[in-house]
Order: sequence, then C-alpha cells, then structure tokens
Amino acid sequence: MFTDLILRSPPQAGVSKDGRERNASMDCQLDIFFLEAVLNGLLLAGLLALLALGLNLIFGVIDVVWICYAELVMVGMYGIYYAHKGGAPFILAAVIGIVLVAAAGIVLHQLVIRPVLDSAPINQLLVTGGVLFFLQAAATMAFGIDFRNVGIRLGSFNAFDMSFSYSRIITFGVALAAMLLLWLFLSRSYIGIAIRAIAQDRQIMPLMGVDQRRIYMITSAIGGGLAGLAASLMVLQFDIYPQIGLQFGPLIFMICVLGGLGNMLGGFIAAFIISEFIAVGGSCFATEWGYAIAFLFFMVVIFIRPQGLFGGKS
Amino acid sequence: MRIPKTALIGVPILLLVPLAVRFAFPAAEKYYLHLLIQILIWSFIYTGWSLMGRFGLTSLGHGAFTGIGAYVMVLLWNYAGITPWIGIPVAIVVSIIVALLVGYPCFRLRIVGHYFALLTLALTEFVRLCIVGLRDYTGGSLGTQPRRFGDGVSLYALQFEPDRVLSYYVALALWALGLYVWWRIDRSMDRYALDAASQDEDAAASVGIDVTREKLKITAISAAMCALGGAIYAQYQMYIGPDTIAGLSVSLNIVFAVIAGGMWVMLGPTVGAVFTQVLSEVLRVTIQNSAALQKVFGSAVLALDTMIYGLLLILFIIYMPKGILGTLLERREKKQETPLVPAKAGTRS
Repeated sequence: MFTDLILRSPPQAGVSKDGRERNASMDCQLDIFFLEAVLNGLLLAGLLALLALGLNLIFGVIDVVWICYAELVMVGMYGIYYAHKGGAPFILAAVIGIVLVAAAGIVLHQLVIRPVLDSAPINQLLVTGGVLFFLQAAATMAFGIDFRNVGIRLGSFNAFDMSFSYSRIITFGVALAAMLLLWLFLSRSYIGIAIRAIAQDRQIMPLMGVDQRRIYMITSAIGGGLAGLAASLMVLQFDIYPQIGLQFGPLIFMICVLGGLGNMLGGFIAAFIISEFIAVGGSCFATEWGYAIAFLFFMVVIFIRPQGLFGGKS
Repeated sequence: MRIPKTALIGVPILLLVPLAVRFAFPAAEKYYLHLLIQILIWSFIYTGWSLMGRFGLTSLGHGAFTGIGAYVMVLLWNYAGITPWIGIPVAIVVSIIVALLVGYPCFRLRIVGHYFALLTLALTEFVRLCIVGLRDYTGGSLGTQPRRFGDGVSLYALQFEPDRVLSYYVALALWALGLYVWWRIDRSMDRYALDAASQDEDAAASVGIDVTREKLKITAISAAMCALGGAIYAQYQMYIGPDTIAGLSVSLNIVFAVIAGGMWVMLGPTVGAVFTQVLSEVLRVTIQNSAALQKVFGSAVLALDTMIYGLLLILFIIYMPKGILGTLLERREKKQETPLVPAKAGTRS
C-alpha cells in the first residue's frame, strides 16, 4: 500500500553528493579525492549530529522514540519553502520554520504521545510510526510529489583542488553553535536543570515540585525546534519532497542508538563516525554501499556494545 | 484430534470461493481473485511476524526476510537456472541464517524494546541497500522480474500467475500453512516459555528456560515464513522491487497490519490483512470514481489511503492496542462472563 508512494521517490536522491555523480567503479584512491571525502563527511556530520541531538533529547527526557522525527524536519522544510516563496527573507522564513516545527512537536506530544505514555515502549515507538505515514501522505496530498528548491545558491569554497559548498560549512557551524547553546541551556538555566532532573528520575522529581507535564511539553517544543533548525539548514542543500524523511530517518536512529539512546555527547561523536563511513565508503564505491557499510558497522558495534558506544550500563 | 466447527464450515467455503466469485462478479473475476490472493499471501507473512510480535519481540526487520526470500529465489532462477523448488528452500535457509546471525547476539545481550526495534530496522535498511547496490544483478531500485518459463503456468518453474484460480489455491494453501504453524506454536511448551520470558526474563531463566534458545527458535520460524511468503509473492506478482518486497515500508506495513488485526489471536493477522487491503482498495476505487477529489489534489490523491491508514494506526494503538479481532473476542468473552445478561449471538468477527 505504501509501495506506490515510495516507488516514485527517485533512486539515490536526497542525502547525496550535491549534483556530482560518483562513478560506481571508481577505485578508492588515497589522494585529494579521499581527503575531500573525509572533510565532506565531517561537514555532513554536523548536520546529522544536530538531527540526532533533538531525538536524543526527547528520548532522554520523555523516554519515547519519535520515529517520525525526519518527517517533522520535512514539514519544517516545506514551511520554510513556502514562507520564503511568500516573500519572507530567508532568516525570517527559517524562524517561521523553527516555530512551526516546535509547535508541531507540542501537538505531537499532546495528541499522540501523552495517551500512550503509560503503555509498552514499543507501542510508543509504533504510534509515532503512524504519524510518519500520516505526515508523509499529508505532505504528498498538500504539496504534490514535485521536487522543490528554495533556490538559494551559496556557491562553494575552493582550496587545494577541493571544493566545499558554503551551505555545508554554514550548516556545520550553525549545528555546532546550536549544540553549544543547548548544552548551556541544560546546564545553566533553571528549566534546563529541571529537564535533566526529570530525565534522571521520573518518579521522584514530580514530588520535588517539578511539573512533569510542563517539562515534557517544553522538551517536545525544543526537540521540534531543533528539527526546525535542521530543516532550515537542509533546505540550503537538498531538494524538498514528501519522502525525503526516508532518506535520512533511519540514519538518525542509527546514530542515536550507536551513541547510546539519550546520550547527547555520544550521539554527537557517533554522527561523525557514521558520516565518515558514508562519505568515504560512498566515494570509494557507490553511494549506497557507503550507507550499507555504515549500517553493517552499526549492527556489529551494537552486538559488541549493546548500550551503544558511549552509553552507560542501564 | 477434534476439528473445530468453524473449520468444518470455513474450509469448504474458502475452497468454493473462486466459484462464487465467478458467478457473482463474472466481469471482474480476476480483480476480486487478485484482492483475495493479496490478502492471503500477506496474511501468511503477517502471521509469521506475529509469531515474534506476540512475545514482545517487535521486529522492524521482517522486510529484510521477505526481501531475501524473493531475491535469492529469483536470482537463482534468473542467473543459475535453479528451479524455485530448490531456490525457495535455499532462500529460506539464507534468511534463517541471517535471522540467527542477528538474533543470537540480540538475545544473548538482551537487546529488547527500542533497541531491538531500531537494530532490526538497520537490518532492513542494510538488506535494501545491498539489493540496490547490486544493481547489475537485481535491477537496483527499478526491480526485476523472474524469467518466464514456457507459457506461464509451469510446475517446474513454480509459476502459476496467469491462472488466477490456481494462484488462489496456492495462496490459500500458504495461508493455511501459516495458521497451522501458529496453532502448533500456540499449543507448544515453547509458547509458555516465551510468554514467561516476555514477562520477566530473569524469572523465566531461573525456572530453567533457555531464553536465548527459545527466542532463536521462534525467530528462525518467523524469518522462514516471511522468506517463503516473499518468494511466493514474487512468483505471483512476477515482479520484485526493493521497495515492494523489501525495505522499511514493508516492515512497517507488516507491523501495522498485525496491530490493526490483533497479534494475540490466531486470525488477527488475517483480519489485519483484510482490513488494510480492503481499506486501500475501497479508497482507491472511490478516488478513481470521484472527479472532484482528483481535481482538487491531482495525482497526489493516491496518498489519501496512506494518510487515513496512518491516522487509523495512531487511533488503534491508543484506543485499541489489541486490534480489531482481539478487542471483539475480548468483548464477547466479557459478555459470556456476566451471567445476568443473556448471551447474544451478536458480536461476530
């Protein structure tokens, strides 16, 4: 039933080298291409780390995996696209996108997550899977299956025969800044400390006067906001279409689990590991082999360290 | 062995269905049979999944097993000329090996819940990416077709597709096999062991249950069923694509259909298959006949069924976690328990 939807998504679109075709039979060379792939992988890692951050925050605090996280990003991308097309300058459009997805996060929490907070963890995971299909199909109906682009080209930065697009560099910088800000917020502000306290002990903290519902709502809003921020960075690099979430959704979950679900620093480092696998593997072989190797690596690591690379014993 | 009454009535009815369809819908016989065949084959796959799902092993990796089943068989047939009679067992063995390779560390290290679901999700993606990556053989994302043998219907090549009635009986046999496996497991000691393990692994292990072994056993059976289902589906459709028979969408589709039907009762997965297939068909026909809807949404209107489906799933999980059949049966039981209210023959599933 979903197949007709998915068949339309073009092969290898989405998270791929911007416009440049890689030859499947190209041999892996230890030269400038290799270095370029490594550095591009580093830049990709910033974006993936940002995406994983929001999911990790949600899981660490509410103990729920939003399978539909990538679809929230997709909604944000459409929001930004239409705001920008409607005449808003890009920065304003990005803010609109962030607010939109933050609101979507709250709605998701209130309507879908709250009724299942007490049921089996797996039901919580699957219910957001329902949201995934709903959002994807709703976007297809509302916006059609065409590829859209905000039409902002930032050019690229060339040095030593290597080229890096500015959009990737900006993405990397903003992602790092966002992570730093979140860290400051969680460690310095009162609400941030309350959020961390709830994450540590769900039973005791309500007794200490922390309003659990309010904290959950704030966390959902922040998680959504981070998805919105990621969306505003992604519209600079990728085309927008309803199925884009399927391109990077599984990757984000993998990064989160690899870093230890709920462990934000672990997710950050895992993003770098995974994106290097993708970038280098993709440049040595065909793009999908980069992904395949990353997934294989992920499974092997989980068998060795089931709690993730940086997860504590639980 | 006592044969239940429902089976005594049900089996002849199911066997006579093609005849009934021929008389009732002479113009659209093929279409209705196609719908039934789809329901039966997917029911079998769903039943295979629910064997694990009912014991708390929520796998998002079964799209990998259906994919392995279909692709191994088709590739062996297309490139080595090996008949599906050998190809299908090989495919089943391959998917059991994959299941055990992934399952053993999972169960040994007690990877459960979220982690198990996300790990098996990675397996699905890995298999799909391998299929796409081996595009010289598998046709990549465009998919491939099993090579036709003769005029279509062939015992040697196990091809039965042009003959819909024959296909129906093949699918029916497959479905019956699925129910038989389910029934056998439901009555076995393994079922009690797994029930106990899904409640409390430590307690189960302390009374002498080899939890890892039990889980591996059920995983192997479940993966084998999905591989067989995938292979038969490929033979019926005569087309396989990485997104139609493998991949995340297939995995999620399986999980959701079973949840909709109810994973703790024998016919739950079947009800789930009927529900999802009929829902999507009804919506598709409605859309095709309604010019107004097409005008507003254009070709994107095809996404309507997925949208409604997603919405229903959310509602099912929140309000009806036992599924349609599970909830109905539970209600009937409750009614029978209260003796003051005369039992009605009403609630039928």
